[in-house]
Amino acid sequence: MFSSSLLRKLVMALSGLFLISFLALHLAINLASVFSVELYNEWSHFMGYNKIVQLLLQPILVGGVIVHFVMGFVLEIQNRKARGAQGYAVKGGGTNSSWLSRNMILSGAVVLAFIGLHMYDFWLHEMTYKYVEQLPVDTERYHEFTVAKFSTIGRTAIYSLSFILLAMHLYHGFASSMQTIGLDNKYGKAIQAFAKVFAIAVPAGFIFIALYHHLNPLQ
Amino acid sequence: MKIHLKVWRQKDANSKGHFESYDLDHIEADMSFLEMLDVLNESLINQGKEPVEFDHDCREGICGTCSMVINGKPHGPQKRTTTCQLHMRSFKDGDSITIEPFRAQAFPVIKDLIVDRSAFDRIQQAGGYISVNTSGRPVDANAIPIEKDYADASFNAATCIGCGACVAACKNASAMLFTSAKVSQYALLPQGRVEATTRVLNMVKQMDAEGFGNCTNTGACEVECPKGISLENIARMNREYLGAVVKG
Amino acid sequence: MAVLDSKVPQGPLAEKWSKHKNDIRLVNPANKRNIDVIVVGTGLAGASASATLAELGYNVKTFCYQDSPRRAHSIAAQGGVNAAKNYQGDGDSVYRLFYDTIKGGDYRSREANVHRLAEVSTNIIDQCVAQGVPFAREYGGLLDNRSFGGVQVSRTFYAKGQTGQQLLLGAYSAMNRQIQRGKIKSYTRHEMMDLVLVDGKARGIIARNLVTGEIERHGAHAVVLATGGYGNVFFLSTYCMGANVMAAWRAHRRGALFANPCFTQIHPTCIPVSGDHQSKLTLMSESLRNDGRIWVPKKLEDAQAIREGKLKPTQIAEEDRDYYLERRYPAFGNLVPRDVASRAAKERCDAGYGVNKTGEAVYLDFDSAIMRYGREKANTMGLKDADDKTVRELGEKIVEAKYGNLFQMYEKIVDENPYKTPMKIYPAVHYAMGGLWVDYNLMTTIPGCYAAGEANFSDHGANRLGASALMQGLADGYFVLPYTIGDYLADDIQTGAIDTNNAAFDEAEKAVKEKLERLMKGSGQHSVDYYHKKLGKIMWNKCGMSRNAKELQEAIEEIAALRKDFYENVRVTGSADGKNQELEKAGRVADFLELGELFALDALNRNESCGGHFREEYQTEDGEALRDDENFRYVAAWEYKGEPKDAVLHKEELEYENIELKTRSYK
Repeated sequence: MFSSSLLRKLVMALSGLFLISFLALHLAINLASVFSVELYNEWSHFMGYNKIVQLLLQPILVGGVIVHFVMGFVLEIQNRKARGAQGYAVKGGGTNSSWLSRNMILSGAVVLAFIGLHMYDFWLHEMTYKYVEQLPVDTERYHEFTVAKFSTIGRTAIYSLSFILLAMHLYHGFASSMQTIGLDNKYGKAIQAFAKVFAIAVPAGFIFIALYHHLNPLQ
Repeated sequence: MKIHLKVWRQKDANSKGHFESYDLDHIEADMSFLEMLDVLNESLINQGKEPVEFDHDCREGICGTCSMVINGKPHGPQKRTTTCQLHMRSFKDGDSITIEPFRAQAFPVIKDLIVDRSAFDRIQQAGGYISVNTSGRPVDANAIPIEKDYADASFNAATCIGCGACVAACKNASAMLFTSAKVSQYALLPQGRVEATTRVLNMVKQMDAEGFGNCTNTGACEVECPKGISLENIARMNREYLGAVVKG
Repeated sequence: MAVLDSKVPQGPLAEKWSKHKNDIRLVNPANKRNIDVIVVGTGLAGASASATLAELGYNVKTFCYQDSPRRAHSIAAQGGVNAAKNYQGDGDSVYRLFYDTIKGGDYRSREANVHRLAEVSTNIIDQCVAQGVPFAREYGGLLDNRSFGGVQVSRTFYAKGQTGQQLLLGAYSAMNRQIQRGKIKSYTRHEMMDLVLVDGKARGIIARNLVTGEIERHGAHAVVLATGGYGNVFFLSTYCMGANVMAAWRAHRRGALFANPCFTQIHPTCIPVSGDHQSKLTLMSESLRNDGRIWVPKKLEDAQAIREGKLKPTQIAEEDRDYYLERRYPAFGNLVPRDVASRAAKERCDAGYGVNKTGEAVYLDFDSAIMRYGREKANTMGLKDADDKTVRELGEKIVEAKYGNLFQMYEKIVDENPYKTPMKIYPAVHYAMGGLWVDYNLMTTIPGCYAAGEANFSDHGANRLGASALMQGLADGYFVLPYTIGDYLADDIQTGAIDTNNAAFDEAEKAVKEKLERLMKGSGQHSVDYYHKKLGKIMWNKCGMSRNAKELQEAIEEIAALRKDFYENVRVTGSADGKNQELEKAGRVADFLELGELFALDALNRNESCGGHFREEYQTEDGEALRDDENFRYVAAWEYKGEPKDAVLHKEELEYENIELKTRSYK
């Protein structure tokens, strides 16, 4: 399945689209933390303890992330090789394509690093709580824990910056995946436009949440 | 006008190349870019030096032989224009111009600015045709009416001159625009549908085997294509390919 | 040398080809596998021939000097391809196409060949459509046609202004299919350096690998030369830079007769030369003459002022313009055939009315067309009192829709807007009607050596009509040669593979190497281009659009002297053991320096004016061509005897059994 460049692209596009759909869900849950403590706790608890989510969807998600990133690096290595050892003395990329499209590996790497931090912040904590220390079920703990994370300016800044890079990644990636799956009909333009709006609005939502919690710390 | 040139010189495929600088006086705005190089070569020959070798043939923008990257852009600064149709009036007195060969693993340098683009031929050989023999009595040409829009779209894809600027411009040295143009030309015609599945599978397989990179949709190919071949062709090929893979 | 035998079959004209196909010998499929054919050149004729031969089962080797077969110069043909399909129901027929072609060629082509060409023309379109060539279509989905080259029917099939490209890519795709099957082995960046004869038969070639410089031997049972025309003998032409006569000339030196070299076509609508640096000329499609009006100033002082940049063409009043084609040829006006239009432009420029710096340009003006179309459009839009500005804007849009890509190309090259100021045009060398003499089977006078497409002298007589070159190339390659070659190869079913180690190959390879060494050894005074440009000047000035005995005689001597100088003093840099474009050029120019002399000799011998060949001594009182059917109704085929001027003339008398010879009149 990875033998063909078109299939490799397809894997990138589909895993990307899958992660995009997860991102939308993630944003929806997070937004709840701004509007309703109870709702946020309820949804978080569901995600944390539901068997289907934990045993089926979570591994799929992790798989999606791994596939997307591994493939991203594979493609980058192959593409550099295809370009050849001798590069151009005068680089003309800036005149024929966007910086974003040419530097997906960069924005992607930053997002990957961010995911590492994010896992450390939340996922590791959850795992420790549930399986290492085997602490009792507490359906009220999520909101407090989340808001506390944004108490420092440093972490809030890192999160915000990462989301800006994510926006840049999505701005090319989402629309590009449409081209890769062969979308090219009368709705194509509208879908492309939607992808661009999505690429900016969703990370902006996350930044909003981070800033909101930073500015409204726990009493 | 005066022009300062920095030109890639490389003796043959196995030698290491380097840039050499040349200064030219008395370049006229009406000269084509290649005629400017003719002037350079004439002066090199008169000094007993080897002239700069570059591919060129029709010098009217249709054969696709001329190549070279001029100041970082395949076929130079003018949009929708091959190197041979570029004129010196696009430059100013005193300009510095850097000329490099197309760079890609699949396009090895033969000499100076000449590269080997036979990989393109092999992609076409893998399936860029309709399997119909010559015979005195094929079906009458008008027996298959073709909707004008499809015929025109097919023609637009078929206007690719196979110069390789798409590969040269792509940061991944991907040959998707070239390959998809041929796939599209046939995919849009009823005559071409018959073999559409095997064609796209075989051509993509050959494209990969030649060592071209993966497409990341930067769109540089479309911008630099002297014939304006559209990215839609790539989307169409992606679709054709997926369909073919599903069909098996 | 045997008397020329055209081998035209007996019987009524319309049945000759069918009858011939039934009568000639065939090679059975099992035996075809044991027979090798070399095809040199991969333009329309070469690509279509090699693909079809391979489909039939022969083992084919193709050679081209370009980096890919697809780059052959057929790709640059703009206008279209003729075929007697009569899809438009306007009375076209095979006979009419045949008749137009013979008449257009000024009655200097072979009846039977031309009729066959017209017959198979319809198959070409069927074949190309089946291959996926995207011809222009109407909204109903059927093929569109346009009228071309001043004939009275619409029989030209086209793909925008890129018909040659699309047809060549079609033939190239057919070739690719056979390459993939292993039936064609394609040698690119290879140049044929000599033809090898074994026991008087063509049995292979010596080729140079242009990348490594290696000299290679390739054997085959037959050799097909589809190497195009020799127009680059003029240096400046609409040919591609690499076009050359080497293959045909080497065959000529080995015994193939060269026919009618003086018949070259000068196309009237090309972009004029802009300076000494000029390397090639660009054609503007003949279709422009459908709407453009050709003129020069009436007054010499106006022309002078324009040349000096003191006056603009738009400032010249209507009554001070000389629409000389409309004046001289009221019936056909701007749509006279190419040779007539070219000569008339030269006549005006020679008289001092030329309109660019060098005085070698005339105007092609779209102003009246723009206003006419604009007015029509305004009327249909209901704008009865539209002002001139509105009308002009509307008209420009219509002209753009028709000729937009050509206007754009013109603007790119000349940097003037042809919507606002008239185009400047001048005639340029465009096509060679002459070439290797071939019989009805397309075989040259060397057994087993065939010539197809522009490389042979064939079907266009003394002048080619528009949209006929593509037709002939494909007719030869797809439909004629693959049949007729079987008749010859039927003798070779038991020959076995050709041994390239025999003495004939040794001798040919040695000669090629010596020739290369000789070229490398020049004293180094001047570059190859220096000589090519000098040759071009002699050809253009003395063997160009009008010729006379005195100047032709001078040309013969000057070319011989230039050739001597070339071998002594040329400077070829680099070495012969690798890629060396100077050496490639030197070999080609060396052959042009011989062909040019034969060209002049042929023109000197032909004491008449016909088609593209205009001898000043033979014209009517009002300056029209004066043909001499009594004494020159023949194909002049020249036999090589060392120096070109010693060539021996053989005549193939042309018999016209089916049409009456008439004087062409366009008045």
